[in-house]
Amino acid sequence: MSISLKKHPMPEQDPKVRAGNFEEVALGYTAELATAEAARCLQCKAAPCRQGCPVEIDIPAFIAQLKEGDPAGAIRTIQQVNSLPAVCGRVCPQEDQCEKYCVLAKKGEAVAIGRLERYAADLAREQGGEDPVSVVREDAPKVAVIGSGPAGLSVAGDLAKKGFRVTVFEALHLPGGVLMYGIPQFRLPKEVVQAEIDVLRKLGVQFEVNAVIGRTFTVDELLEEEGFDAAFIGTGAGLPYFMGIEGENLNGVYSANEFLTRCNLMKAYQFPTSGTPIHVGEKVAVVGGGNVAMDAARTALRLGAEKVYIVYRRSDKELPARLEEIHHAKEEGIDFQFLTAPLAVEGKDGWVSGLTCIRMELGEPDDSGRRRPVEVPGSDFTLDVDTVIIAIGQGPNPLVQSTTKGMETNRKGNIVADEQTGATTKPGVFAGGDIVTGAATVILAMGAGKKAAVAIADYLNEKTKK
Amino acid sequence: MYEILVKKELAPSVKLFEVAAPQIARKAQAGQFVILRVDAEGERVPLTIADFNRETGSITIIFQEVGASTKLLGQLEVGDALHDFVGPLGQPTHVENFGTVVCVGGGIGIAPVYPIARAMKEAGNKVISIIGARSKDILIYEEEMASVSDELIITTDDGTKGRKALVTEPLKELLDGSAPVNLVVAIGPVIMMKFVAETTRPYGVHTVASLNPIMVDGTGMCGGCRVAVGKENKFACVDGPEFDAHLVDFDNLMARQRMYKRQEKDHSDHCEGGSCKCQSH
Repeated sequence: MSISLKKHPMPEQDPKVRAGNFEEVALGYTAELATAEAARCLQCKAAPCRQGCPVEIDIPAFIAQLKEGDPAGAIRTIQQVNSLPAVCGRVCPQEDQCEKYCVLAKKGEAVAIGRLERYAADLAREQGGEDPVSVVREDAPKVAVIGSGPAGLSVAGDLAKKGFRVTVFEALHLPGGVLMYGIPQFRLPKEVVQAEIDVLRKLGVQFEVNAVIGRTFTVDELLEEEGFDAAFIGTGAGLPYFMGIEGENLNGVYSANEFLTRCNLMKAYQFPTSGTPIHVGEKVAVVGGGNVAMDAARTALRLGAEKVYIVYRRSDKELPARLEEIHHAKEEGIDFQFLTAPLAVEGKDGWVSGLTCIRMELGEPDDSGRRRPVEVPGSDFTLDVDTVIIAIGQGPNPLVQSTTKGMETNRKGNIVADEQTGATTKPGVFAGGDIVTGAATVILAMGAGKKAAVAIADYLNEKTKK
Repeated sequence: MYEILVKKELAPSVKLFEVAAPQIARKAQAGQFVILRVDAEGERVPLTIADFNRETGSITIIFQEVGASTKLLGQLEVGDALHDFVGPLGQPTHVENFGTVVCVGGGIGIAPVYPIARAMKEAGNKVISIIGARSKDILIYEEEMASVSDELIITTDDGTKGRKALVTEPLKELLDGSAPVNLVVAIGPVIMMKFVAETTRPYGVHTVASLNPIMVDGTGMCGGCRVAVGKENKFACVDGPEFDAHLVDFDNLMARQRMYKRQEKDHSDHCEGGSCKCQSH
């Protein structure tokens, strides 16, 4: 039997329909599709796919279980190392990780590892399945995890599985971090995130919401007064960058963080049933080319904008967003303005009335290895928009660093931490994810959390021996 | 949960709550704020801390019922609980012995000026307070302010209590007087803070205003509370809420506060029309 060189396509909502709702775009594999896709896996001994997975899932094993009709076994295999399989199956950039190394990818398309992971996780969730049993010991050392995004959840899950007592502190009113406030419902339903967090609760992880570390408690207080033996900082990249151009404080200019938080976490699309309003004009410009920009643009469309532009200063080849997200955005009718950079936000009566931009061309490569965009003189023009969303990246939020004694940060404000262990310069304090590396992906943050969990366990075992 | 321990009506539509929040009360300092949500669908409402009691573990908040959220908040009674209550947020007021400090509070802004005036008094300052309201019925915290001030000046727009004047009038007289004024702290409507800043500017007296822009998370994550201060953009939630009033772009702040006026109006029309679903859960 010859193996198909193509992945089984993902069933999706029709672009015209989905552009008007917040339901998930990708509908997930059926049992037939999953079994057929699993059968494409060659079960190679070398399993190169595994080297591309930051949390080292035993990929061939779980795919074999799916092929044999044992989805419960498959999810057990995944959950041994991954606390957020339904999340990862949806938002990991598999094309740059596991799937990139798949042997099939050399001749055709890789096995759809991400889609299969999602299938196994969704099935386990829908069928209820066995609840995980907590092995947390009452006398075990206590670990404070600061921030409940992917890095923090990963650390918490791994340490709870090792029997440690873990409390996760979250500044907002719901745990999940960027998974809750940042990634839209149509790409990652919040019920899915909540369900995976509930699994962590069953594993014995405690969650304390409305706790702003650096304000309600400092890290030093957690360690010295609240009885924690170690701390992990996974506060992410929670400080939006603005461009510093004229008119950026006009009404109708949002950071992507605010726009997405209002919509995802605060459910502004249900206003006034929910209490938080949002302003979406008729014509929206989103500045930036990453996944966050795609998310903001597609959210604006779903909130009723008639025209949504993506304004990106490089060409389509340099877009940092995932291919799938770019593809989805184009299908839904987002208008990409490549090689275009904003110069000023125009205003009328205090509100946005346009975005003046200039066309760019690509010059020599810069530090990032990408060709540097250079202005084309005299090419400026004004986009007729009434809302501007800035999605040009986020930096480290300084709240924890500035209130923690003896912990080194770098010039950009990121925490200095050992790449292998997450150890910071402060004994007993570890860090990982975007707060260390700068804005990256969910799975990289989870990978960092995973390494830190090993190092924290070693540290605590060593400490209790003494 | 964050139980309401005390409820008082200070003036029509101005209410005081003492809320059980021991972790916040332990750390709260003058000048900081909290963010609350009334219920699971509620918006995140920032309110300046009007007082804190470390022994009872409670935080006092004072609010005026203006929008849907504060109206809903006002309907809660003693024994009810807030869904979320987070803090203390923002930078505390910088308190030291400056000499003579004039504390200016306007309307509901008198409440958050009170712990600052008290802290300034405790630090050894001579505290002169000017509190103002539209009318005597809505003048709050008169006794409290009197108890921590060496001198208390009251103004009302309609002359029903104290002087018929704006707060800037006695402020200007103090600045013109023989005794030096070392610091002015102003909290109140943005337009009042703007005119306080304009009043003190020619005298070069350092003036601090506590800003209350629209805000979501309160931790520097959303950037919605950005205010132009001098040549820079600052986030009121983490860099403030207090800033050098002579550097603040108050006109931009006023414009930004009106961002959701239309939605709020639609919402309130929709509620008053009797078809409201938003408060039934």
